[in-house]
Amino acid sequence: MGRFKVLKSLVIDSLDTITKGSKKYHIWMGFLTLVMLIGMYCYSIQLDEGLSVTGMSDRVSWGLYISNFTFLVGVAAAAVMLVMPTYVLKDIDFKQAVLIGEGLAVAALIMCLAFVVADMGGPSVLWHMIPGIGVFNFPNSMLTWDVIVLNGYLFINISIPFYILFRHYQGKEAQKKVYVPGAVLSVFWAVGIHLVTAFLYQGLQARPFWNNALLGPRFLASAFAAGPALIILVLAVIRSFTAFRIEDKTIKKIAMIVTVAAQINLIMLASELFKEFYAPTHHSESAYYLFFGLHGKNALLPWIWTAIPLNILATVILTFGKFRNNLKVLYFCCFILFAAIWIEKGFGLIVPGFIPGPYGKIVEYLPTKIEIGVTIGIWALGAFVFTILAKTAIGIELGELRYKNKNSSDS
Amino acid sequence: MSDNKKWYSLDLGQNKQKEATASCGCGKTEGSCNSQKTELSADEFYEAAINASIGEERHRDGFEQVFDVKMDRRTAFRKLTASLLIGAGAVSTSCSAVIDNKTKEKAQIDWEEQFKGNYKLMTDEEKQGTINRLMRSYELRTGKNISMTAENAEEDVLFGYAFNISKCQGYMNCVSACVEENNQDRNSQMQYIRIHEMKDGQGFKFDNADDNYYHEVPAEGHFYMGTQCFHCDNPPCVEVCPVQATWKEEDGLVVIDYDWCVGCRYCMAACPYDGRRFNWSKPEVPENEINKNQHYLGNRMRKKGVMEKCTFCVQRSRKGKNPACVEACPTGARIFGNLLDPNSTIRWVLANKKVFRLKEDLGTEPKFWYFMD
Ligand code: SF4
Ligand code: SF4
Repeated sequence: MGRFKVLKSLVIDSLDTITKGSKKYHIWMGFLTLVMLIGMYCYSIQLDEGLSVTGMSDRVSWGLYISNFTFLVGVAAAAVMLVMPTYVLKDIDFKQAVLIGEGLAVAALIMCLAFVVADMGGPSVLWHMIPGIGVFNFPNSMLTWDVIVLNGYLFINISIPFYILFRHYQGKEAQKKVYVPGAVLSVFWAVGIHLVTAFLYQGLQARPFWNNALLGPRFLASAFAAGPALIILVLAVIRSFTAFRIEDKTIKKIAMIVTVAAQINLIMLASELFKEFYAPTHHSESAYYLFFGLHGKNALLPWIWTAIPLNILATVILTFGKFRNNLKVLYFCCFILFAAIWIEKGFGLIVPGFIPGPYGKIVEYLPTKIEIGVTIGIWALGAFVFTILAKTAIGIELGELRYKNKNSSDS
Repeated sequence: MSDNKKWYSLDLGQNKQKEATASCGCGKTEGSCNSQKTELSADEFYEAAINASIGEERHRDGFEQVFDVKMDRRTAFRKLTASLLIGAGAVSTSCSAVIDNKTKEKAQIDWEEQFKGNYKLMTDEEKQGTINRLMRSYELRTGKNISMTAENAEEDVLFGYAFNISKCQGYMNCVSACVEENNQDRNSQMQYIRIHEMKDGQGFKFDNADDNYYHEVPAEGHFYMGTQCFHCDNPPCVEVCPVQATWKEEDGLVVIDYDWCVGCRYCMAACPYDGRRFNWSKPEVPENEINKNQHYLGNRMRKKGVMEKCTFCVQRSRKGKNPACVEACPTGARIFGNLLDPNSTIRWVLANKKVFRLKEDLGTEPKFWYFMD
């Protein structure tokens, strides 16, 4: 009984905090709401006219939506990089960062699901995918695996921080034996969501560009670079806008993770490039298209040649401890690394899979305005969700939100 | 790889009994089978179908029908959930006493169609039920009748296709016959068949081929090769579908339930042969061009956001006819038939010609062979 009372007061309290804030906070939330509304408007056009309002076609049948989905699965999985040392290796340093990381994972997962739904041709019959009511083609279809692991991961990442915050809210310590098993599980699960998502593409013998054994591991490496890079940026923002204390040491430790992952990612990139270009086969055509263009068609060149230099630059700078420990340089590197991997693991991965087509036909893909509108709208949704989660969590962690406090002031 | 994957080494001893069986698709032996009634006009057929399936129930209104039907728990649950989610509009329509019967019936049909199950898992009665609803709904909306059937696969039939590269001249009669037969979207000019024009002396260079030509054929120094869905015996597109909206039937046809497809396009990415087409917008066919002889799994009208593809004209092939492309080809380059019948032309081709298939290394086992004279 008591729990429900606490829960109710928690909900009321958090509603209270998220609606109050500085002017900047209100502008930020208002801006996000506006972008979301624009996205919703674009989506309503898409619902009405069909997916023909996007740049996709029978030849390139997945585009911006699925690219973003793929990339965001990586960001979501990255929360694990923080979970592992904190809960399992008892590294106190990371504690605050973890809550933020898991909030980020929740927001990223919500965006993932939104992107998948936006990509569906028939969102009104989506219930066909609900196990038990519809028909769930498990275990044959990797997409059903992905549905399971993503929702499972979402559940884990909501329940762990919720448990901890719920305890702290009541002024109690969170019990290790309750949340540590969950945290350990989420470590394995994060690797799982990543591999399963890679297998989604890797398992298609029809698309040689994806059908290679390195896809899964490279997914992991790039995710563990991009995800923590985003976390560093977010922590930097939180540090300068709230009273939440995050020590330099924490950020520097995460920077270490980013660096190692980015290095491994580069090694794998080199291995991939070697395979495609040293002894090019018929199957290297997609890679040719991506890096050099084919038969005069070269829409992806500006993208990939932005991504690769940024990627190398960031990795090289980060490798030197002297630069890495300078926070300004670190933030800059994280930003360009994040952008580079977004291009590489999104656009640069999905679109060339379809080009050239099964019979060598080259039809290019460029997203339309509506598609971009929906995409930006979903990113705004993610930012919105994250801001709400982070604000509540920070409130509780700073002790501004307390169950007892409220009760005593009420009575 | 198991032996029965190699269809040509199958035990063919069963074909004697085959001659005794009537060419009826529904598997029943009595005269009430639908596929034997093809001589009936569309209207008569429609009447008969209605009587056979709903009988007296057709005189009751939609409201009674919904709540009189016996439902199992799953169906009931599905309908309940659904009503809460999306169906609210339809419910209020079908419960209101003011509006006329037709509107009620329409709402009733839409409602049942929205929440019906996967065709693959339906019993024969359920299949009949859904095609009756679809026919009725078409009549209510346009005032015209269509005939739709739901023949199942026949026993001892496995359809296969052979393409004579020497004969094809690139006329594309097959393409237009296919479009007309299968009610494909005219706006986006959707075509299941692609004819690739290749240069003599370069072999099968698909990447240099032109699959979208608009000049007089046969063009000097070129040869032609057609591709479409190959109805793979080991189809990757079927494996990946998250909701089993696409599957391989007993007679080897790879089909799609357009009403069950959620439009994720995973199957399209998985097909190595460019066999699938997606309805990016609402497909449109002028009313007077609609082919009204339809099959649930074949050429019935699609909606936006679903996948479709060549079905070897299931509405024709299961009635013992050739697909439209085979019939339309003026050169005789296209051969279609039952792979399990040792006397069929296709078996002769496979036995006597040097046949090959595309991308054999992928293990998809297409049931579509190429050969040359
Ligand atoms: S050709 Fe493509 S669509 Fe047709 S059965 Fe094979 S994989 Fe499926
Ligand atoms: S598009 Fe339709 S048929 Fe294809 S995989 Fe998705 S749900 Fe299945």
